[in-house]
Amino acid sequence: MEQKQRNSNVAQKEKISNGVKGMTIIVKTIGSWAKVLIFLFGIYIVLFGHLTPGGGFAGGVMIASAYVLLMLAFGGEFVKQNLSPSLALKLACAGTLAFAAIAVAGFFYGPDGFFWNFIGQEWLAGESSNLHFINAGIIMLAELAVGVIVAAAIFLVIFTFSTFKFDVSDNQKE
Amino acid sequence: MAIFYILLLFILIAAVIAVETNDLLSSVICVGAIGFSGSLMFLFMQAPDIAITQIVVEVLGLIILIRATISRDLTFISGDREFFGVVVSVVILFAIFLAGQTVLRTLPDFGTPAFVAAAQNCDLPAPAAQTYIAEGMQKTGAANLVSAVILDFRAYDTLGEATVLFTSIIGATVILRKDSRRLGEEINE
Repeated sequence: MEQKQRNSNVAQKEKISNGVKGMTIIVKTIGSWAKVLIFLFGIYIVLFGHLTPGGGFAGGVMIASAYVLLMLAFGGEFVKQNLSPSLALKLACAGTLAFAAIAVAGFFYGPDGFFWNFIGQEWLAGESSNLHFINAGIIMLAELAVGVIVAAAIFLVIFTFSTFKFDVSDNQKE
Repeated sequence: MAIFYILLLFILIAAVIAVETNDLLSSVICVGAIGFSGSLMFLFMQAPDIAITQIVVEVLGLIILIRATISRDLTFISGDREFFGVVVSVVILFAIFLAGQTVLRTLPDFGTPAFVAAAQNCDLPAPAAQTYIAEGMQKTGAANLVSAVILDFRAYDTLGEATVLFTSIIGATVILRKDSRRLGEEINE
């Protein structure tokens, strides 16, 4: 009984030392159920951005908010093992590179082909409007790239600002 | 039209509470209520894209960012306001309000496309916005016209916006590293 108490005290101190403490067990249980729904909904908003309202920006912030919910409920240390800031930086870089690559790939289709929509679109005038999943050319690829950029960026902002401790003691050493 | 006045009243009450209360968390929640009613206004104006983005950025981004970074011992605002500062701000706001009354009367009605009206006054052909609305779905194949404009017709602006977001996040992450150099530390080769 006392050993468990001491272990939980040590675990509590480790959680506090990273800047963001966890919350009670009710928040943890509901959070572990809700994070799946929020993540799935965010991916849906990003993928169907060319058919339903939403798009890459709103969907990216929704995906980031699933990880922010994890950080508020379980503490900063738990999220660091799941999605470390270095991995989020790499995802943001990859998203920007993909977006620029889609833009430059239009150059293969003529001298003024910057951002040319080179994937075929399947909407012909006169047919019945069956709006398929893949019928909008590069819009879906660009939407995915923007979603990844925004999700990584917003998560990085909130995580960096909440786990940052301003060390006053080092300035007073001088 | 009555719903807009109700939401405006709600925004005014929330703004007054946000300014006057002493508890920091309560004022942050009231700012979130202002953003939520703004999102409802966008829904009633039939703009679901802006409503989704408004509620996601204001409530999730701003409020949760403030909640995650607020420290435990700074939850009460203390100190009085300066009387001279309040008087100067009220006088300037009133002057801007009077000037705005004259300017706002010359604008066209709410909902008319401004560029079409200006083009018709000068006898020019229809501007690009009408071409996007008329031929947007045929040329791009996307049902959501907002995505078609920001990712196919005007994709260059979205590239600039993504680059600005990416660069600012990189800058913030570099400055707020855990092992950054302290003030006055010597650089070892």
